[in-house]
Amino acid sequence: MTIIKHELKQGRLSFAVWTGAIAFLLVICVCLFPEIKGEMSDVGDIFSSMGSFTEAFGMDRLNFGTLTGFYAVECGNVLGLGGAFFASLAAVTALSKEEKGRTAEFLLTHPISRNRVITEKLAAVMLQIVAMNVLILALSLGSIVMIGEEIPWKEILLLHLAYFLLQVELAGICFGISAFLRKGSSGIGLGIAAMMYVLNLIANMTDRVEFLKYITPFGYCEGADIVTDGKLNFARIVPGILLAAAGIFAAYVKYGRKDIQ
Amino acid sequence: MDAIRTELLTKYYGKARGIENVSLTVKEGECFGFIGPNGAGKSTTIRTLLGMISLTSGHASIFGMDIQREREKILNRVGYLPSEAVFYDGMRVRDVLKLSADLRKRDCKSAAAGLCQRLQLDPSRKVDELSFGNRKKVAIVCALQHNPDLLILDEPTSGLDPLMQKEFFEVIRERNQEGATVFLSSHILSEIQRNCNRAAIIREGNIIACNSVENLAKTKTRRVSIHGKAELEGMDGVRDLHNFVDGMHFLYSGDVNRLLSVLSQGNIQDISITEPDLEEIFLHYYEKGGASR
Repeated sequence: MTIIKHELKQGRLSFAVWTGAIAFLLVICVCLFPEIKGEMSDVGDIFSSMGSFTEAFGMDRLNFGTLTGFYAVECGNVLGLGGAFFASLAAVTALSKEEKGRTAEFLLTHPISRNRVITEKLAAVMLQIVAMNVLILALSLGSIVMIGEEIPWKEILLLHLAYFLLQVELAGICFGISAFLRKGSSGIGLGIAAMMYVLNLIANMTDRVEFLKYITPFGYCEGADIVTDGKLNFARIVPGILLAAAGIFAAYVKYGRKDIQ
Repeated sequence: MDAIRTELLTKYYGKARGIENVSLTVKEGECFGFIGPNGAGKSTTIRTLLGMISLTSGHASIFGMDIQREREKILNRVGYLPSEAVFYDGMRVRDVLKLSADLRKRDCKSAAAGLCQRLQLDPSRKVDELSFGNRKKVAIVCALQHNPDLLILDEPTSGLDPLMQKEFFEVIRERNQEGATVFLSSHILSEIQRNCNRAAIIREGNIIACNSVENLAKTKTRRVSIHGKAELEGMDGVRDLHNFVDGMHFLYSGDVNRLLSVLSQGNIQDISITEPDLEEIFLHYYEKGGASR
């Protein structure tokens, strides 16, 4: 527990900034909905007639005039990208920052096993992801109530669950990468998150590369699919969870034997 | 029981040599010096002993426990002072000390307070605002606060002012007298000479001498200082020759009779022949690779 507490303390500023920024943008988006809803007759046609751009963001299958449609696109992008960046960043630096910051010599000359270091650091990353999602969900629900809309529980919870799984998947992959790195890890984490996001946009634009949806976790976070189907696509989630598990396994194997510089 | 025992300990970083066939024995309660310049393999030996890097071949144990299989048990009894003390940004000294104690599952509050007082370290300061020397003090307290049975000190006095160095070695002597084993790695030979009973000299990853400090200093080589003139050109065994206005000094490891004969042919007003200090002996080992003494 000592390392978990230490990691949470060390990461509290980053956690507060990312959680605050995502929650703030989500609340702003929700608060904009009543105005958008009123102007829907004007903007609906515009949103649905932007060609590939419309398809890329799934706006061809969602009704912007409903809270679920609006939330799935606007809030989904904020939570999807923001959450992905935070999870990737927290995970990719978790192990590598000790060598980069030259604190590994302090940490690893205490009577703790490498496995314990890995386990507690992973737990700290996951706890931060859980806490961020709980806080954001609570604020999001609060803001929906505030604008006088009825909460579409099923859709909202499914969307948030999908984004939570996306963050866990990216965290698992980036945690594995972290074990191999000694320097400059944050760029890699942010790059992976951004690349996964773009892969999904490309997969949305053309059917020829639909297989990409099984690679990128944004594939199972597609708001249009979740709202339309009323369920998550487990065929896309399972490969993602396996990737995350592989990342975590790689972290244990690599970091357990790594020569610490 | 031996506090540290290494047998043919070898570490390669890929093809690059770290240490080769290092065999050492440090007895419990001993203060053992480990001498060598930067890059000789001192830190690699220490890092291997502490399990931070894996060994390529050989075997090592601390208090009879294998360094690979019983790393945590070993580290529970070891206090390590790194050559460069780096801590987590934003933490206060007291938080670092508490973190170190918590990682050991010990309550070290009173020991830490006592050490902070002796080393004049303010526990309320932030570590990233501390000077190099004060960060070193934090590392010293981390290494000592849990009363370890073995102290592994890597270049311990770098950054400490002379008064603090004196206080530090006072603390180390006390711990040693209470039974703790001390493994002192340094390139400052006077530190080893003053504080250690035995020492090993490491050169390019190999141990080239291991003996009591007294025996290491016993060498046929002598420091010769003369006032006057003498013709030493072409003479075997003369090294480190320095001429000054009215004389010269040099290290001599050849036949003494031959030296006296040559000097008697010159014009000598004064002469002193002394044992060289450890620093000079160290250079001797380095130049000769330990082949001759």
